[in-house]
Amino acid sequence: MAKYIVRRLLATIPVLFGLSIVLFVFVHLLPGDPATALLGQHATPELVAKIREQLGLDKPLYEQYFLYISQLARGDFGRSILDNRPILSEFLTRFPGTVELTIGALIFAVGLGIPLGRFAASHVQGWGDGAVTVISLLGVSIPIFVLGYTLQYILSVNLHWLPTSSSLDARLLNSVPPVTHFVLIDTILAGRWDAFIDALKHLIMPSIALGTIPLAIITRITRASVLDVNNEDYVRTARAKGIKERRVNDRHIMRNAWLPVVTVIGLQVGGLLAGAVITETIFTWDGVGRWAVQAIQGHDYIVVQSVITIFAFIFLVVNLIVDVGYAFLNPRIRYA
Amino acid sequence: MATVAVDRSRPVSERASRGIWRDALRRLLRNGPALVGMFFISVFLFMAIFAPIITPFDPIRGALVDQLQPPGTHGHLLGTDLQGRDELARIVYGARLSLIVGVGSVIMGLLLGGTIGAAAGAAGGRVDNILMRITDVLLAVPGILLAIGVVAWLGRGLPQIMLAVAATNAPVFARILRGSLLANRDLDYVIAARSTGASRWRILVRHLIPNSLTSVIVAATLALATAIIDVAGLGFLGFGPSDPRTAEWGTMLTDSTQYLRQGPYLIFFPGLAIVISAIGFNLLGDGLRESLDPRLKR
Repeated sequence: MAKYIVRRLLATIPVLFGLSIVLFVFVHLLPGDPATALLGQHATPELVAKIREQLGLDKPLYEQYFLYISQLARGDFGRSILDNRPILSEFLTRFPGTVELTIGALIFAVGLGIPLGRFAASHVQGWGDGAVTVISLLGVSIPIFVLGYTLQYILSVNLHWLPTSSSLDARLLNSVPPVTHFVLIDTILAGRWDAFIDALKHLIMPSIALGTIPLAIITRITRASVLDVNNEDYVRTARAKGIKERRVNDRHIMRNAWLPVVTVIGLQVGGLLAGAVITETIFTWDGVGRWAVQAIQGHDYIVVQSVITIFAFIFLVVNLIVDVGYAFLNPRIRYA
Repeated sequence: MATVAVDRSRPVSERASRGIWRDALRRLLRNGPALVGMFFISVFLFMAIFAPIITPFDPIRGALVDQLQPPGTHGHLLGTDLQGRDELARIVYGARLSLIVGVGSVIMGLLLGGTIGAAAGAAGGRVDNILMRITDVLLAVPGILLAIGVVAWLGRGLPQIMLAVAATNAPVFARILRGSLLANRDLDYVIAARSTGASRWRILVRHLIPNSLTSVIVAATLALATAIIDVAGLGFLGFGPSDPRTAEWGTMLTDSTQYLRQGPYLIFFPGLAIVISAIGFNLLGDGLRESLDPRLKR
């Protein structure tokens, strides 16, 4: 097992290495000179040249890449071109926001998707099954930004139930010192329960908007997986033995139906990170996704390549965790 | 997802088969959800093709005096937007753009991904390994960031937007085709073809690829739904067509977000257009999957 994990971790290195080359070449092909972006259109050529030198932009591309990769190996992602802040620390202050949003979306998707899928499977071909099928079809067909604004219009503008955007009420921002940058944790640390409730309210709509596609997919796969297992001989045997239906469901069906569901949940993480880019933009949520969009618009290519590299790394690690998770759920799988 | 259940109601020999495509079409026309999907797609196609006949209004130019008219006023069935342009006209012409860019991007993705997948599956060994690692890299990057990157790099023309969306679905097509080629490679009919002395190229083009087509067709239909959503997503994030006046569903949505209170219909109608066309292609894709593989039953 340990051997397998190590081998898989090592296998991510060439992928990341390849990605770093592709990204590096790619962002240097982007139009728009960062030095000009930094100084504005009216800067003198001398000043632009000086800044280019400072940023190392005058060196040959391979030299720039070598410099970049050796800094990266030391955990130094460089500084943002636009505001000169170190990228890693900026990332670490924004990443918790994205994590909170992603976890919120996952809780929504898994918490609702699995019961819905089981419900559909137990009412197969009936109206309940039909309703769930329609919900999951809508879920995969509605873009995050359409759903996001629809929710905002109904729940905020009309009903005033939930705040429109951002992760905390502006009036509360100053009373909650950012310790971990996880808003929910920071409000608890500050002992402000009112702020905690407020932060939770802010989290609801973005989580639903981001979690709906995974919800639809998890519902579908749970339904199919439960139906699959339902036809197995050992389930029939268990029922024939007179075991209570509830116990058959929990012990015999779900135990075995879990496997594909867990795989799919793992696969959703990549989609969630991509979805976070749009969700954060709609709800002006302080996270990595919105930062990436702003960086692309501002030609801040160092930020862009760092964010994509880190996202890709997370994606690969999550896939690894999912693969390893199989072994715990299914003892028949042995990794060599 | 579907479960496998073989239809044993009639012996195999009794079934009158007129070839896989005609059988599939017959099953498709009996598939209720697929028919609903085809109806939605027809509405979408009708709007795209007959745009100038459906509406007399100009989707690009409007009169500011007409701005933010609610639906139903002065002949504006769906109201007008901030610039006083007819919302229906913009949605109908937007269908045209979504159709062109959506179909174009899926074709580009198929060509790109198909070539990579076919080369990897047919060559095997080191070539396969390298090509699949490249698709791994592409798959590890969040799709929308990849698409934004391509548009930021190459510009915001329609071909560039198509390529951007194609870049996100090409690796998926590559994987599907390769997987299907590998699954078929050692089947009897391929061995039989090989034993008759057919060249590798002939086996690939005449036997392996046609037998992989069904899974690729299903994936491509489903990809049309995501392509329409992705194109709108690019527009929404400000990476739509370079002319800001262009009628594009995602851009229309973004332009109206400031006016959620005054004109919620400006968000609702383009949103509905995106959702309906996506549902159409999703239903048709699922229906195709079921009818092209008769062993699959829902």
